[in-house]
Amino acid sequence: MTKSNSLPLTHNSHLGTHSERAEIFNKDFDRTTWHDQTLYMVRQKRDKAAFQIDDWELLRETASQIKNNVLSNMHDYLLQFEENASNNGIKIHWAADAKEHNEIVFGIISDYYRGEIPDDTFKGMVKSKSMLTEECHMNEFLAEKGIEVIDTDLGERIVQLAEEPPSHIVMPCIHWKKEEIGELFHKHLGTEKGNKDPQYLTEAARQHLRDKFLTRPIALTGVNFAVAETGEFVVCTNEGNADMGAHLADIHIASMGFEKIIPQKKHLGVFLRLLARSATGQPITTYSSHFKKPRNGQQMHIVIVDNGRSTQLGREDFRNSLKCIRCAACFNTCPVYRRSGGHSYHSAVAGPIGSILAPNLDMRANADLPFASTLCGSCSNVCPVKIDIHQQLYKWRQVLVQEGYSPTSKTLAMKGMSVVLSNPGIFKFSGKVGRMLMDKLPFLVNNRMNPWYKQREMPEPPEESFRDWYKKNRK
Amino acid sequence: MSSRENILSKIKQNQPELLPLPDLSVLGSEKYDLVEKFTEILEGIGGKVLQVSDFEEIKKYIISNYPINARVISTLPEFSENKDWQTADPHSLRDAEFLIIKGQFAVAENGAIWLTESEMGQRVAPFISQYLAVIIDKSTILPTMHQAYEEIGSIDYGFGVFLAGPSKTADIEQSLVLGAHGARGLVVFLV
Repeated sequence: MTKSNSLPLTHNSHLGTHSERAEIFNKDFDRTTWHDQTLYMVRQKRDKAAFQIDDWELLRETASQIKNNVLSNMHDYLLQFEENASNNGIKIHWAADAKEHNEIVFGIISDYYRGEIPDDTFKGMVKSKSMLTEECHMNEFLAEKGIEVIDTDLGERIVQLAEEPPSHIVMPCIHWKKEEIGELFHKHLGTEKGNKDPQYLTEAARQHLRDKFLTRPIALTGVNFAVAETGEFVVCTNEGNADMGAHLADIHIASMGFEKIIPQKKHLGVFLRLLARSATGQPITTYSSHFKKPRNGQQMHIVIVDNGRSTQLGREDFRNSLKCIRCAACFNTCPVYRRSGGHSYHSAVAGPIGSILAPNLDMRANADLPFASTLCGSCSNVCPVKIDIHQQLYKWRQVLVQEGYSPTSKTLAMKGMSVVLSNPGIFKFSGKVGRMLMDKLPFLVNNRMNPWYKQREMPEPPEESFRDWYKKNRK
Repeated sequence: MSSRENILSKIKQNQPELLPLPDLSVLGSEKYDLVEKFTEILEGIGGKVLQVSDFEEIKKYIISNYPINARVISTLPEFSENKDWQTADPHSLRDAEFLIIKGQFAVAENGAIWLTESEMGQRVAPFISQYLAVIIDKSTILPTMHQAYEEIGSIDYGFGVFLAGPSKTADIEQSLVLGAHGARGLVVFLV
């Protein structure tokens, strides 16, 4: 099937920068408007839920302080978590990077099959949402080893069948229309042609995935919170897919970035009050599952992943990004995200938070992302753990320019502006020429070469400069 | 050096100076009519709440509203004497139509019910059953999640869940659909 705005089906910045990809997305005007409005509706639900809690701002401040404490005591909390989880019968693994994470997961699967991976369709894995495994490109890695990974979150299954990455961390197929999903399911799941009813399509996915839950021996989940005090971890879903996978499988693997740690169980009260309200406006997710010990006869593994996080922890200006609880409130409120779509960010985590996490992983490949923002600050205002997102975007721009990674067009324009603005004579002359050109030769600016002309009309040129006006009117 | 030592030493070197934990005692002072708030919130997220006076009333409701010829499982002797399912292979619950259990307590602000595996009978039971009924003692409803975690305290369990309503998804164009992978419906009996 073809989609009018089909983007390269991979997170790879070689296939275009954010602005190039956003331009493709924007070609379909109606879809862009629909995407924008759908996400803003979610933002409004968040507001409604937040306003119902009198102590909302106090909750945000408390969550922020808990996370500040976590960052400052990460080493000891991780050791405490490891000890307690091990005592609970969970096996802990440590992965320095994406590759090691994937190898550990494969090693666990390989051990389960005693080194001989069987040649049948039922040997694989059911996976609930884990952005970390997206970051690590685990599905592709395991596929090469002959292990099929079935994404079980409905939205993730949709994009997986379409061979796309998720475009949003909470609503993975927010960019898909129901007609397209109907067509996709008709092709892959055998639903009636032309049926686009969400109830009907969800039921088809329920039957399709129930069969996978009942037949696959390995389940992988993400981790929303890992409690140092008790060694348990919490996974939040609305669909129940993490639980269907984990409670039926012989092996439960949970992958977590080390920043998911929180000190004590009572702190879950703060985060669970904030997470779903910030994400979708729900009072809490349907299931907040607390995994503490494997069930009888089951193996439980946790893979604790660094993959650049310890470097970010050492960057004073950017370490706050590690406080993120992945609610995506910053996506839903962002005027740039809403009008450019998640795939424009060519990163597992898109949106404003993704734009401050990605340059840490690879400055060259992600140098465009901190520029994909108006710096309006709405992201920081909705963040439940008070990350100063827009300030970090601004700081990343400075770091990227200093390190020589800024886009050439921007560097040239900045140099030009610097000459004009530091020389009053040239400034006065340029203004005069600009006004004259806009008046006499408007086609010079009203054309597609001028990015300011895209989706908008240029204003009428003023008759005189402020300087001339001031001289005339000064008393 | 192993990855574990590498990661931990890099974290130790890069983590900022120790900052204190905030005081949580100032949170959770919301005053609700607990039964009213719990009912309003849970019904808002797709659950059904019924106030009943005894088990007989619950039985009557279930018999008249659910197919009794389908497989009904329960941890409560009032509904089923059979306990074999609790120790059976979890996959054998694939045809469970209806599960009746008792919840430890509930939370007014978000309609959540706290269950541990001892109430569930089997971890997978409340997820794999098509429909779910939970009995809650009215007097155990707490205002917010802060009181909820105080109530849980340091009680040990292997698995526990805050369950709020039936399984749902809005992944297709933000249209809410009940019954994604877990229970299609949840009825809560307040006794």
